[in-house]
Amino acid sequence: MTHTAAARPAARPSRAATRRGRRPGRRRERAWAYLMIAPTTIGLSVFYLWPIAQTFYDSFTSSGPFGGSTWAGTANYAALAQEPTVGQAVVNTFLYTAIQLAGIPLAVLVAALLNQKGLRGRSVYRVLYFLPVVTMPVAVAMLWRWMYDGNYGLVNYLLSTVGIHGPHWASDPDIALYSLAAIGLWMSLGYNMVIFLAGLQGVPTEFYEAARMDGAGPVRIFLRITVPMLSPNIFFVTILTVINSLQMFDLAYMMMSTPGSAAGAANPALPKVRSITYLFFQKAFIEHDIGFGAAVAFVLVGFIVLVTFVQFRLQKRWVHYV
Amino acid sequence: MSETQPRSRAPRHLAQSVATHTVLIAGAVLMVGPFLWEVVTALKPFAETTQLPPTLLPHHWEWSNFSKVFESLPFGRMFLNTVLMTAGRTAAQVVFCAMAGYAFARMRFRGSALLFGLFLSVLMVPALVFLIPQYEIIQSLGWLNSLQGLIVPGMFSAFGTFLLRQFFMALPHDVEEAARLDGANPWQIFWRIALPLARPGLLALTILTALWSWNDLMYPLVINTDPQKMTLSAGLATLQGEHFTDYSVLMAGSLMATAPMIVAFVLLQRHFIQGIAFTGSKG
Repeated sequence: MTHTAAARPAARPSRAATRRGRRPGRRRERAWAYLMIAPTTIGLSVFYLWPIAQTFYDSFTSSGPFGGSTWAGTANYAALAQEPTVGQAVVNTFLYTAIQLAGIPLAVLVAALLNQKGLRGRSVYRVLYFLPVVTMPVAVAMLWRWMYDGNYGLVNYLLSTVGIHGPHWASDPDIALYSLAAIGLWMSLGYNMVIFLAGLQGVPTEFYEAARMDGAGPVRIFLRITVPMLSPNIFFVTILTVINSLQMFDLAYMMMSTPGSAAGAANPALPKVRSITYLFFQKAFIEHDIGFGAAVAFVLVGFIVLVTFVQFRLQKRWVHYV
Repeated sequence: MSETQPRSRAPRHLAQSVATHTVLIAGAVLMVGPFLWEVVTALKPFAETTQLPPTLLPHHWEWSNFSKVFESLPFGRMFLNTVLMTAGRTAAQVVFCAMAGYAFARMRFRGSALLFGLFLSVLMVPALVFLIPQYEIIQSLGWLNSLQGLIVPGMFSAFGTFLLRQFFMALPHDVEEAARLDGANPWQIFWRIALPLARPGLLALTILTALWSWNDLMYPLVINTDPQKMTLSAGLATLQGEHFTDYSVLMAGSLMATAPMIVAFVLLQRHFIQGIAFTGSKG
């Protein structure tokens, strides 16, 4: 009461004095700031932050067969350390991620080729390489499932014309993860290439000319100029690739399971393909073991935070900001 | 010397150009080949897809694969749902993220660092983790199998807020300062001055949000189970359940579901590419 009474008269005269005095302007600005962040803050809190908190809480509970849950302490985390499917899922996820990282040099190379002075058809190539990026992942998975078909797929047909009897790419346990990773590379090449191409366009052409004058060949120019100049972009793409690959799900889900039936009931390659998010999905959505699933999810979050942190730590050693 | 230089260079230049195009064309075939195979398959009768050796072009052009998709799915309805979901999410997200991004970039308020850190933590968590609680929230709001259920959670984005904050931070201060001295309030400065300057950032977010919404799978699949309320990607997933091995129908459906985004991309390619390139430079 006294507070408002005191604030009112003080606010009035100062309104005219905003230009001189700072504090009331500040307060008004703060009010505007809260208004402007309000929609996003409320929305993210309700639909994202609250779910994170709830799932984190769930990871310390065990769910009964008919719903309802009881506090379980760290039992889920202890249990997942014992479960072999978890270890295998971690291996699968990191292997997939490593292969996706190997795609980055490929994208740099394509961008460097496209960036050559006077190259004809640059924009056509750019569009063609970019097409998979704008294609629905569901459709991509379906298309590759068909391409990979052991009997009638195009891949095996093409191999058979040179006398190779191809395997069942999507259901052979020793191969399926690599087949999946190949699709991941196919889908992300265009995206990464566009980012690198933009980065390359910021490199002054004098750098290349000077190097050429010194007699440097294309390989040397690529390694000594292109790569260091692109290092901030490479860093960005690496961070993004790691986060996305560690969370890989849609592709595995569409390749491995028939929607509508139990996940992966049919595919013998599932154990060797199952990513951490897939395991979460299977535990939480199919087996209704939400507590265990949540624990699996937070182990993944731990990995993501850790790997991203390490990358930011290491960036000083190799990223050159101009 | 000056005569030999160009002459010895020309063939080398030509050789290099041939090598470049050979590599790039080989790559392009790998990138586009699967799509061509998709089109060819969509036009074959089922029997022809399981024929060895496969036919390169359909012997018999089977247009009915497309009508089979219409029989299995309320395709027009799903298309409309997807358009509305994409438009609703994108419009709201761009406005809300711009507001929040500007506030984080330019305005001082208590708790701003903590709040921003919390927002960023959302980016570290797999989307799947949100799904069960989101389902429960949508259910308690009575929004299952509704358009608002599809749209509302997608109206807010930690990524978009981050992206636009980075962009606003890179803008010069002086114009805004001048407007402030002229007595404009923070909203007017944001809306009339900062927002028009931020057009490239807004464009980038628009394109990325539209693309991700159009292609979003798990959330729509879980929230709306009524085919009349489904999106195209969810519809496609159910089509796979129905025509599990009939790839001619599946390819026809895929083609129909992906074509609008591909057409949009080809028409607006410059904006798409600038938008994506932009996210890479501001990361």
